[in-house]
Order: sequence, then structure tokens, then C-alpha cells
Amino acid sequence: MVSYAQRRVTGIQDLEKRLNTQGHPIGLKLLDLLLYREPPRQQVRPLNIIAVLQFIHTTLWKHLFNRPADALEKSNDVEKPDEYMISDNEPLVNQYISVPREMNQLNCAAFVAGIVEGVCDGAGFPARVTAHSVGKGEEGELWPGKTVFLVKFQEEVVEREQYLGKN
Amino acid sequence: MSYYFAILGTQDNPLFEYEFGTSKQGGDGVARFAEQARHMNQFIVHSSLDIVEEVQWGTGQMYLKRIDRFYNNYVSCWITAGNVKFLLLHSPSQPSTTNPSRASTSIAANPESPATEEAIKAFFTEVYENWIKTIMSPFYQVNMEVKSPVFRSRVVAAGKKFL
Repeated sequence: MVSYAQRRVTGIQDLEKRLNTQGHPIGLKLLDLLLYREPPRQQVRPLNIIAVLQFIHTTLWKHLFNRPADALEKSNDVEKPDEYMISDNEPLVNQYISVPREMNQLNCAAFVAGIVEGVCDGAGFPARVTAHSVGKGEEGELWPGKTVFLVKFQEEVVEREQYLGKN
Repeated sequence: MSYYFAILGTQDNPLFEYEFGTSKQGGDGVARFAEQARHMNQFIVHSSLDIVEEVQWGTGQMYLKRIDRFYNNYVSCWITAGNVKFLLLHSPSQPSTTNPSRASTSIAANPESPATEEAIKAFFTEVYENWIKTIMSPFYQVNMEVKSPVFRSRVVAAGKKFL
């Protein structure tokens, strides 16, 4: 799949974008499917950002990788209230992909980021999701492949969140 | 009672529509909208979308119950996780003069009774199940019109069964 996306791309960013686009429709469908599979009592649509992220962090990750994601954090930066981070210490998609040295910027978890983006969009929380590797590649590091998915919601989502919170 | 059922996508675009009548109480399953009112159904259903958007953030439930009425037309809504809306317009037939006592207890004549609400919920639940199965097709993309004859026949069956 990666090599399919790699054909006729101009750079790493372009390639990641393509992987992202491949994941997007999967996310849209998984949202509906997974909610349908929940026990009837818990079949509620996510109404706020936290609920969506919880859904991704737990239900989606369990479905895709058989375990919940490793961490879910809000950005520390006060100026960026719209950014959230989901981190995975060892993304399954990167396990058997060896990235050549000259492309060390590339993170193929961009595909998973696309799925996450699809879920957010589908639930009515338009967002941009990008994957970043934070492992420094040093020897003896605990999680060399640690990846952070940065979820940046669009302004209107945050606005609506505040409005709904008031009522 | 006559029904008009529509599925609307995330861009408020119609994905599926179907018109039918009640099969309960000896109904023959044929919609009996007045000829002048028939083409208004689409307008009524779309105009209730504003209310859907207001209600949808208030509750996490998918079934939003009866949300709107326009004279003698009632609109019930079900909203899926993917922000697709199922809207059902139901308008009770004019009370029959021959047998009024029997008609008043049936769901056909009483659009505000809890029994009607339950029947519509059962209908929506069944349609929702089939909807999920249909859109899981790998060739289906979001906001695509659903033309599957299998889906249509299942909606018809659900309508016969519950309404």
C-alpha cells in the first residue's frame, strides 16, 4: 500500500498526505460500524471532543490493534486549546516497515492518522490529524517507534464546544 | 396513515426516499397523500432539518423522536453516528366515519401516542441495521445515493412489519 501511494509523489509530505487520504474513508465507516456494535445501552453519538477522543482512544484502537492507545493528552500550550494528542508507543503499522535513511522524516502511521481524521469528520468534529514520530532513534530508548497523533480541531468545533458547555 | 421516508446525507442531500402507507388495521400499504400535498412532503421534511440540527447536540441518542409538525404532518427523526439523518413524515388519514372508535386506538390515527413512537423506533432500528450493512460495502462512499434493491426491499419489509 505504501509503495502504491509512493508512485508519482513529489515528496514525503505528499506521500503522507496520500496515506492519510487512504485512511479517511475507513474512519468514516468504522465510526458507524463500531458504534453499531456497542451494546445498545451505550449506543450514544459522541457529543463533545472528549467523547470523540475517548472513542478513538479506546474503541477504535481496540478494534484496530487489539489494545487501547497508550496516552491521550490535551496540548499544554495555552494558545492552542484545539490540539489534542493520542500517543502510541509502538504503532503496529510501522512494525514491519523499514524506512530508508534518506526518508527518515516519513511516518507511515499517517495512514492511521487518516482513519482518526475520518472518525472525527464523520462525527461532526472536522479536524486535521497528523502523525509525528517522537522517538529519537537513540540506543536503549524504551520506545524507539513512539508516534504521536496530533489532532487539531477546527475553530468552529471549539466554538461550539464552548457554546454547548454554557447551556 | 401515509408515510414518507427519506434518508439525508451530511450535506443535507437526499440519499434515499420511499413512500408507503400503513399495513396495520387492514391497510393496504399504499400511501394516500392528497394529490396537492404530495409534492410538499420533501419540503416539509427538509424544513425540519433546522430543528434536527438544534436537537442533535442536546442528546446522544440516535432516536430523536417526533421533532416537528406541519399541520397534519408529523416528522420523526433518527440520526446516525455519521451524521446521516433518517426522516419519517407521517400523516394520519382523515378519520373514517364508518368506524371511528376502532380507528382512534390504532397507531394509524394517533400520531402522538407512545405506541406510535415505539413503532417508529422499531422501524428506524431495523432500517438502521440494514443501513449499516449497506454502507459497509467497500464501494460505497459517503453521501452517495443508495440504489441497492436489497436495501429498498428491506425498508419495505420493515415498513410493513411495524407501521
